[in-house]
Amino acid sequence: MSDTMSASASYQYRCPGCGYIYVPQRGEPHEGFAPGTPWSAIPDDWACPDCVVREKVDFVAEPVSSIANT
Amino acid sequence: MSIQALSSDGSVVIYTDRRRWLWALSLVWPVMPVAACLLASSSDNALWYWGTLVVWYVIVPVVDHVLPPDASNPPPEVVMQLDDDRYYRYLTFMTVPIHYFTLLFSAYVVGTQNLPWHAIVGLALSVGVVNGLAINTGHELGHKKPKVERWLAKIVLAVVGYGHFFIEHNRGHHKDVATPEDPASAKMGQTIYGFARSEIPGAWRRAWASEKTRLARCNQGPWTLDNEILQPLLITVPLYVALIAAFGWIMLPFLFLQAFWGWFGILSSANYIEHYGLLRQKLPSDRYEPCQPYHSWNSNHVMSNVILFNLQRHSDHHANPTRRYQSLRSFEKLPELPSGYPLMFAIALIPPLWFAVMDPKVIAWAKGDLSKLNVLPSMRETLNQRYPQVESNLT
Repeated sequence: MSDTMSASASYQYRCPGCGYIYVPQRGEPHEGFAPGTPWSAIPDDWACPDCVVREKVDFVAEPVSSIANT
Repeated sequence: MSIQALSSDGSVVIYTDRRRWLWALSLVWPVMPVAACLLASSSDNALWYWGTLVVWYVIVPVVDHVLPPDASNPPPEVVMQLDDDRYYRYLTFMTVPIHYFTLLFSAYVVGTQNLPWHAIVGLALSVGVVNGLAINTGHELGHKKPKVERWLAKIVLAVVGYGHFFIEHNRGHHKDVATPEDPASAKMGQTIYGFARSEIPGAWRRAWASEKTRLARCNQGPWTLDNEILQPLLITVPLYVALIAAFGWIMLPFLFLQAFWGWFGILSSANYIEHYGLLRQKLPSDRYEPCQPYHSWNSNHVMSNVILFNLQRHSDHHANPTRRYQSLRSFEKLPELPSGYPLMFAIALIPPLWFAVMDPKVIAWAKGDLSKLNVLPSMRETLNQRYPQVESNLT
């Protein structure tokens, strides 16, 4: 991601396989990640809950889009 | 019914799914044992109780080889619309109650009709085949994102007491497929019997461990109603107990045999043949390479694909596990099984025949290099001697 982005910009993390998106604000309660759980607190070997064939390290960080939040 | 979409160059793509109405047969397969019971009683011929097995192991393979294989694919532009067409998913939904009806009806026949022992065996194995199809439907549903489909997956798996499959298959098998770590990926040189002895308990063990980890993250122990292994078990156990209470102890062998054939005769058999011998290589990072299309065996045989919701287009399924069955694609130059699943299951039951059919294909896949294969460690020496091509290549 670009270094020029401010540290407070929020990111979401997209599974490159199936398009699932982890938004820290929403968390993933079924997986045990309460809303607000930051990406750094997710274990490295955690796999995408939808397709399971991509792991955390494969996920792509992207700025939270206004569309995704509405 | 045809779908129109715009391709990237602006031209219009029109697609008609030739198999659209054939998929409706998925509502017919699960009632085969019921039809067999009715035919047996009206013709007074107990051989009918074996009818479903004849369809599965004889008629489907014959039709598979009479019809030309179908390698046609929906164009990528229409896949999203095809996936969104609810007709296809409603068919999977509707099969769920049918599986329960077939189990209850067959149990009623066994419990009340004083059948000879061979008729009970034939009917139990028939229900086993059909309940193997229930696992297949649970598989299709369990990979989908909507909650309703995940619940229906658990419900349809419960009919055959295999609810934990929903957990282990998605979180375990798909992650570790085609590696020695996955008990549901068969090793070259392994018989189906040896395979099932580690695959069946392995699935339970791994499902439980995975669910325990998830629940621990949710600050819960495993003994909770949120445990997605216990949820379907809470359907299976009362159902089976009620059948025993209603129809007596004859239900014990009947329920055991149908569950056994659903688990072993269909599911373990499918797992056995789907990745036999194939191996993902380790990357320098010590992770396995991602699962590639060439890590699964495929078949484009028409009838078995229609009966199995396109499961035999297995490479695309592993590449895109959430893709719906009507959209699964076939690709050229993929590992190909010589027949559809039903005949391959039968061949797998005779290990020398299986090895004779498949080992040369596995060797050809690895271009003769046994070190590139998932080989049963105790068989490596024997197989090295049987297929010494690598040494001769080097010299």
